[in-house]
Amino acid sequence: MAAVSGLVRRPFRQVTVRDAINQGMDEELERDEKVFLLGEEVAQYDGAYKVSRGLWKKYGDKRIIDTPISEMGFAGIAVGAAMAGLRPICEFMTFNFSMQAIDQVINSAAKTYYMSGGLQSVPIVFRGPNGASAGVAAQHSQCFAAWYGHCPGLKVVSPWNSEDAKGLIKSAIRDNNPVVMLENELMYGVPFEFPPEAQSKDFLVPIGKAKIERQGTHITVVSHSRPVGHCLEAAAVLSKEGVECEVINMRTIRPMDMETIEASVMKTNHLVTVEGGWPQFGVGAEICARIMEGISKKPVLEYSQAQIKRLKLAFALSQLSLPSPRSCIQFPGCSCCSCHWC
Amino acid sequence: MCSHSTFAGEGHPLDAVLVGLRPCGAHDFITTRLRRAPIEAWHLLGHLKETWGHPSPASWAVRSRHCCHCLCFMRKMLAAVSRVLSGASQKPASRVLIASRNFANDATFEIKKCDLHRLEEGPPVTTVLTREDGLKYYRMMQTVRRMELKADQLYKQKIIRGFCHLCDGQEACCVGLEAGINPTDHLITAYRAHGFTFTRGLSVREILAELTGRKGGCAKGKGGSMHMYAKNFYGGNGIVGAQVPLGAGIALACKYNGKDEVCLTLYGDGAANQGQIFEAYNMAALWKLPCIFICENNRYGMGTSVERAAASTDYYKRGDFIPGLRVDGMDILCVREATRFAAAYCRSGKGPILMELQTYRYHGHSMSDPGVSYRTREEIQEVRSKSDPIMLLKDRMVNSNLASVEELKEIDVEVRKEIEDAAQFATADPEPPLEELGYHIYSSDPPFEVRGANQWIKFKSVS
Repeated sequence: MAAVSGLVRRPFRQVTVRDAINQGMDEELERDEKVFLLGEEVAQYDGAYKVSRGLWKKYGDKRIIDTPISEMGFAGIAVGAAMAGLRPICEFMTFNFSMQAIDQVINSAAKTYYMSGGLQSVPIVFRGPNGASAGVAAQHSQCFAAWYGHCPGLKVVSPWNSEDAKGLIKSAIRDNNPVVMLENELMYGVPFEFPPEAQSKDFLVPIGKAKIERQGTHITVVSHSRPVGHCLEAAAVLSKEGVECEVINMRTIRPMDMETIEASVMKTNHLVTVEGGWPQFGVGAEICARIMEGISKKPVLEYSQAQIKRLKLAFALSQLSLPSPRSCIQFPGCSCCSCHWC
Repeated sequence: MCSHSTFAGEGHPLDAVLVGLRPCGAHDFITTRLRRAPIEAWHLLGHLKETWGHPSPASWAVRSRHCCHCLCFMRKMLAAVSRVLSGASQKPASRVLIASRNFANDATFEIKKCDLHRLEEGPPVTTVLTREDGLKYYRMMQTVRRMELKADQLYKQKIIRGFCHLCDGQEACCVGLEAGINPTDHLITAYRAHGFTFTRGLSVREILAELTGRKGGCAKGKGGSMHMYAKNFYGGNGIVGAQVPLGAGIALACKYNGKDEVCLTLYGDGAANQGQIFEAYNMAALWKLPCIFICENNRYGMGTSVERAAASTDYYKRGDFIPGLRVDGMDILCVREATRFAAAYCRSGKGPILMELQTYRYHGHSMSDPGVSYRTREEIQEVRSKSDPIMLLKDRMVNSNLASVEELKEIDVEVRKEIEDAAQFATADPEPPLEELGYHIYSSDPPFEVRGANQWIKFKSVS
């Protein structure tokens, strides 16, 4: 009986992205004493967005540390602690505030292993919500994927669903390199089905590997974070019209999984990139450049936040300026009928 | 006044030279030198001038009068002597005459009282220096001094390129701090880091080879002057002020691990105005981190004097709620005592403490700065002649019979040789191979490909 019950798979559960990250951190805190979390409101407030709920009660002051509002200072402290052998998780309340600490992330964390000739590693995770939320205006809505993705020595991950979130935070904590995890505030409360393997304490999503969320043959749609959901909704609508989209969830911005993207584009001959960042010098721009260099004969169409440069508080306007399912649908339609390159 | 010759056999040509020299400390020194190599005889003049021409404490005055007489005589005889000796075979460097003087084992010195901020008591005003420690500190300071001067020379020959910030003049800081802590304690500093790299345990060879960008350098030639690392030494940091929160983080790790270790977190008078330092002060005090914040005040932040940069130049008070002490950074014993005091304070769990070391750099900010457009040559010369840290230690040791001038000169010669050998190595060692350009981007990862200057150039990256 005992042997049989061991074979029974645990059923799928609905887990929100918030709880998935919480679980991932909890498991890693339990597994390794050197792991600790610091940031504004992470302890007694249970996290500004409740992502670290319950952790302070369980682990106490030593391992879950509330910091003053001093991003540059506490990011530097976290990097120093990592250099001395601990494994900190440094939370930025949003990545907009990480700009104040960006010198510590890039110059102190990312570049050190190289400059020391391999002597000094920095096993740190910087995490927090990135990109646009709901009506929070320009200063609180920037996507940093392109900024951090630019820098060698750094790993940058961007989860979409709960499985991504838990697997990537665990991989990031176990990685001996500085990892930036770009979450999304609007995704925190969204529940997803959690496959049984994701419920294991050793469930990891490898950094550097994209996932094909939906197979298709007519067009490749590449995205990361919240827009992945938009792409899937758009794909469902287009499917009714006979257009089958292959939706790729990047999961990792750096090192980027170009193999998966290239293989897909070789199959479909069409590519659309969708992201929450600005188009110039963005993630999509990099993908297009690499496709141009790599596959060379197939020009690419790109769609992102396009010509809207500033986010206004006006809700309706902000709806239009970001990728949405409706806007994702419009574009492929356009490409199929008038911009047909093979 | 003349004594018996130290050489066996009568009528030896050297006897004439040595007449009358015995009362002066130079006697033993010259004896061994002339035996070894005639060429060095010419260097004698230089040494003698240095010894006797030095601003002398009263005790030297008597000897000077005797020795001036000898000096004239020496000049006439040296030519003859070197001719005589040049035909002699070179003996290995073993002493003919061991200076059979009895040295004191230790001596007590008075040191300057530190200015205090939020402290009832400070470090002691007297300290005991053993002969062994004194010789060690002297050797270390002299090594740092000569290493920096060699780096200056190599830079001017364009063998070292890029950034090069020298710390000659500030030797008492790096050697004194190291004397006050344990090897298991931690230290982080900014870019004027060569001295600390040495005191924290790396060899001159590895340091100079890193400066010249060769694969024998401590960072395999990929870090250069500002990015040298050793056990419990976290560099070498290029961004002014960024190392201070890092140091507070290392102190957090010390407290987290519960091992009774402290972290020395250094910054300069220029960096002292960085905002992130105040953020670090706040968190260190709040969480009682065992962090010793140390401001190495050499009076100039690049070309800006402290008066032009800071509304308050009392750097030891700038920690506000953090207790502080202002220390004479040119006196190694003062630095050592203050460090011991500060380390004991931190280890007792009271939280961070701040030390300001008042020191001076002889060189400009970096090799591209002559260092005289914002300060006068007279000022530099005055510090050199009155407060040079190596000179101060040497005077103390010789006057207290902890060592002889000859012995210290021996050390000088050995140090010069060590530096020369290291410079040879640093010049001859090959650069790291181009294939390794992409190495060490990530730690503990399987090898991967890195794009080079264009899409067809690829480098392999190995952790």
